[in-house]
Amino acid sequence: MIRRRRIPIPRAWLTPLAVIGVVIALAWVLIAVTAPLWIPYAPNAQVLPRLQPPGIDTLMGTDSVGRDVFSRLMTGASVTIPLALTLVAVSLTIGTTLGAVAGYFGGWVDEVLMRITDLVMAFPTVILAMVIAASLGPSLFNAVLAAIVVSWPAYARVSRSLVLSLRQQNYVIAGRLLGFSPVRSLLTDILPNIAGPVVVLATLDVGTAILLLSGLSFLGLGAQPPTAEWGSMISSAIQNFDAWWIGVFPGLAILTVVLAFNFIGDSLRDILDPVSGGAREAAAAIPVVPGQPTAREAVV
Amino acid sequence: MTLDKTDARPSRRSSTAAKSPLASYLLRRLGSSVLLLLGVTIVTFALTNLVPGDPITAALGEGASNNPATVAAYVERYGLDQPLPVQYLTYLSNLLQGDLGRSLTTGRAVTADLAVAVPATIEIAIGAILVSLLVSVTLGTLAAYRRGLVTDQVVRVVSLVGLSVPTFWLALVAFNLFFLQLGIAPGSGRLSPQLSPPPTVTGFYTLDFLLNGDSVGFVDAMAHLALPVFVLSLFTVGLLTRFIRTSVLEVLDQDYVRAARAKGLSGTRVVLDYVLRGASLPILTVVGIAFGSLLSGTVLVEAVFAWPGLGTYAYNSATSLDLPGVMGVGLVVGVIYLLVNFVVDLLYGFLDPRVRLG
Repeated sequence: MIRRRRIPIPRAWLTPLAVIGVVIALAWVLIAVTAPLWIPYAPNAQVLPRLQPPGIDTLMGTDSVGRDVFSRLMTGASVTIPLALTLVAVSLTIGTTLGAVAGYFGGWVDEVLMRITDLVMAFPTVILAMVIAASLGPSLFNAVLAAIVVSWPAYARVSRSLVLSLRQQNYVIAGRLLGFSPVRSLLTDILPNIAGPVVVLATLDVGTAILLLSGLSFLGLGAQPPTAEWGSMISSAIQNFDAWWIGVFPGLAILTVVLAFNFIGDSLRDILDPVSGGAREAAAAIPVVPGQPTAREAVV
Repeated sequence: MTLDKTDARPSRRSSTAAKSPLASYLLRRLGSSVLLLLGVTIVTFALTNLVPGDPITAALGEGASNNPATVAAYVERYGLDQPLPVQYLTYLSNLLQGDLGRSLTTGRAVTADLAVAVPATIEIAIGAILVSLLVSVTLGTLAAYRRGLVTDQVVRVVSLVGLSVPTFWLALVAFNLFFLQLGIAPGSGRLSPQLSPPPTVTGFYTLDFLLNGDSVGFVDAMAHLALPVFVLSLFTVGLLTRFIRTSVLEVLDQDYVRAARAKGLSGTRVVLDYVLRGASLPILTVVGIAFGSLLSGTVLVEAVFAWPGLGTYAYNSATSLDLPGVMGVGLVVGVIYLLVNFVVDLLYGFLDPRVRLG
């Protein structure tokens, strides 16, 4: 039998930080799914007095056109969270595929793919995403496209460096000697073993994706009014600084969601780190911040 | 690769300038840098041509664009009647002569705009790097020494919060609280309206005021830096602290640190002279990375504080599809990225004599 090394993850769920992260993240997902059923007002209904401070009737006050901030905030979860998850899934698929192919085949394929990766990473993410979003025209969909363009290279780098260390392992060589095609070798021998670190990166990347999407919307390059999106809600607060509640609550919403995913991702990374040599290798391939070089690339 | 022993032995006499490893390293480095910058221009050029606009009217203004001679001269100068690949080559040859074109948004030469915007942003970035280094070296070292204890956990949560806060939101909250409500911080921009900018030497207001001996201006410029620097630092602190903790932990395990403790050196001496010195290489690397992420974060923070820097310029150029402006930003950012990496690599050799470039 071919021995597969699996990277253990289970105990991650026992650390307090991870538990807090999972609870907050699940709560937000639940809100995103069920919000339309129980929010007190329609998110775009301008039916309340303007600029009301938070009170019993309107928990988080009303904005400058008389919309309920609380209802908009809860609706915002169903705008941001599914988009961020989709964005991460697509970047992960593109990046991991390209990185694995580059690492497995090496040679000019590797050279070309990695130079493209370098090129994308030479731009600061927000500036590049901003230029792409502006060229495509401001819309939430285009902001997601722009975010995908800037976020796949992190996965390509991580999966490439993992594949490079795996392809010389005996069980992979054994598979090749048995006549596995490159596709089969990649899918059955290699992918299961790079999944752990890639999943950790993806968890941390959900937070980055939410920050990037809401940042683009804040600049007016993502969600357009009257969409109840957190970043654009914050930017609408600029006109009414005295009504602090318009901007403060959406920011707290972003902070808690991102923090939850970072708690989870950071705890998962810890699990990969101290165990065996192989797991340490894997952990070193995960950058502290998605999109940045990994610890191994940076230090060695 | 030969195994000839006489070749392998390091010999200073036999290495001439052309063959010296440093020179060839620099050459290779220069070559790949030029390639990367070329790539950057191609990417930005392709991006900004996704949407066709009418750059001529926008660049010359309504009046001049009615004058056929002016339009013809402009079109010829920038090759706007040519197919895109030819336009690109025209841009490149203008670039080599130091002409980045004229911004469609400001109407000024892009080089002149960048000469103002770049120092404004670098000033915030350097401030944020210094503040966050100070904070995160302290926090990271503390966490490493108290590994697994409450302090370690608290530092961990603090740095994760730093990575999770939306900077544009924090900037707004800080602006509202410290300027509008409490009135202890100055408003937006680089200077109070009643002051005029110092004579330009470096482009950094703080430094230029100092060189000019103007203490009032210096204090004002510093005060205007405070909030943007504070806001940007929080993210960088989050980024740096985890790295520094890990690096310090690795050094703490080393024999030479144990020896230093064993011979009775004070705790502070050990930290400063042995631990931090030993951890300086990874710290330096991550500072280089942090600089890149600062350039990214500054876009959103500059938007809030109306800071006339690279981020604001990039935003204005991008949203008005100003090709020369966007290309200029792309190039400058690429150059900064390469320079920072290069300086980090050079400092490696300086901090650790075992590191050889080549």
